[in-house]
Amino acid sequence: MEVIKPGLLTTFQDAGRPGYAHLGIGRSGAFDASARRIANALCGNRDEACALEITLSGPCLRVRDATCIAVTGAPVPFRIDDVERPMWAPVQVPSGATIELGAMRTGCRSYLAVRGGFDVAPVLGSRSVDVNAKLGPHAGRALRAGDVLPLATSGAAGDVHARGTWWIDPRPWSTLDSRQPLRLLPGRHLDALAAASRESLFSEAFRVHPDSNRTGLRLDGPSLELAHVEMTSEGCVPGVLQLPPSGQPIAFGPECPVSGGYPRIGQIAAVDLPRLAQLRPGDALRFMPCTFPEALHALRERGRTLEALLASIAARLAP
Amino acid sequence: MDFAIEPLAEDALLLRFGDAIDATLNARVHGAARAIRAANLPGIVDVAPAYATLLVRFDSRFRGVDALPEAITKVLHDAFSRDHASGATTLAGSPAQHAEIPVCYGGGFGPDLDAIAQRAGATPGEVAARHAAAEYTVAMLGFAPGFAYLLGMDPALHAPRRAHPRTRVPAGSVAIGGAQTGIYPRELPGGWNLIGRTPLALFDPDREPPCLLAPGDRVRFRAISEDEFRRLAERGA
Repeated sequence: MEVIKPGLLTTFQDAGRPGYAHLGIGRSGAFDASARRIANALCGNRDEACALEITLSGPCLRVRDATCIAVTGAPVPFRIDDVERPMWAPVQVPSGATIELGAMRTGCRSYLAVRGGFDVAPVLGSRSVDVNAKLGPHAGRALRAGDVLPLATSGAAGDVHARGTWWIDPRPWSTLDSRQPLRLLPGRHLDALAAASRESLFSEAFRVHPDSNRTGLRLDGPSLELAHVEMTSEGCVPGVLQLPPSGQPIAFGPECPVSGGYPRIGQIAAVDLPRLAQLRPGDALRFMPCTFPEALHALRERGRTLEALLASIAARLAP
Repeated sequence: MDFAIEPLAEDALLLRFGDAIDATLNARVHGAARAIRAANLPGIVDVAPAYATLLVRFDSRFRGVDALPEAITKVLHDAFSRDHASGATTLAGSPAQHAEIPVCYGGGFGPDLDAIAQRAGATPGEVAARHAAAEYTVAMLGFAPGFAYLLGMDPALHAPRRAHPRTRVPAGSVAIGGAQTGIYPRELPGGWNLIGRTPLALFDPDREPPCLLAPGDRVRFRAISEDEFRRLAERGA
């Protein structure tokens, strides 16, 4: 597969690079993890295969041999040889065809999986690109025009041909409604927030600042005041809501540093991280308080629904 | 041993031993990290020390994770009582790795050495000698893959970060930031004061292990000449 136009920021992403936090190496991985997994399943791929994560404006790609692809995540205009094709479905690509993904009008990240997966060498156990750490395939950089992306010739299951046209219902996996608040677990320094600020955190809307990326989303909104807290740099994970002295919080994404020295006022529930992934600069967001048992329950429920969907896709592709 | 377990995320716990940058506290963190790794508790994926806290990440799909805080508490209490019986008080009894880092101090490699010397009321040579005389501990890695924060520097060498960080600090730069010293594993932006450079590759993703230094390691610096720097660099040291 050849890259004609790379799009704004298109990177290889799989489930990430766990196990290296003690060496200062973060996990990276797909921001909207469920969308990536569904794209893989629709191509009959193994769950760990890597897909392309596409940001705001998509790439233009040309395939050499006929294959099958699937596009999920934020709604994105999707054409093959100038013919519009459906997202959330296995889609045949004839040899020599051009795949064109346009500009997203809502949401921020789409995923393109190809049957068999991209055959790029893993770095420290993962094919995820970490742009900040310069780790992963292509020395950890985004795709460029002229890149040739090798495709694996085996490793996919089932038959994606001659099954007629079908797609899955994307609604449970692409909630872009910003009126629906993100669930926020209490962070260590939540109680150090001034009473009025704690009130604002859960009652007012924030807006995603243009200077946001996979490391974190900067949030504009009510300025939050915090009592002075003594702290040293400590462990950090995606979903952490950090409050730097500016009073404007930062919500950490998959490329966040493995440690941070600013107060932690909250932790976005893991079940809502795919929704965080789909917020684009200018989008509004709100928080609602949540407890750990609630968050774990919601995450497991979501996990079961996703596993059931992946199993039903696999059954559909079964010969 | 005194510590608190705080839930950080659905798949992460933070073990807190204190709130300060302190060698004894940090040694406790490394001791706890070793004990938890050695216990091989199922479901644990990451054990990452910071100055006074230890991050433990696990697979939240694993059924037994609800019992992890309890299991970790037991592992640490057992390890601590063993240590206590042997007379140690910090859970730092297990052996650490020792590393020697050759450094060419000053000149083009350490453009801030003279300023540090002026601050300390010493000659650049004396600063280099003092920096190389101490034994350091890798308190934690962070900021970038393989960036080690070292504790144990001579207080005379403490120096605040630069008001204007450099946009490009060369790989291998040995630097001072506050009470700490560290080595830039690759070209990065940075605000620490540069006093020298090592020809060693601190981080190489194609190597196992990818990082020269791990949390808890002991580190010494050895002053080398520019000639030796070039020889080692050519050898791909």
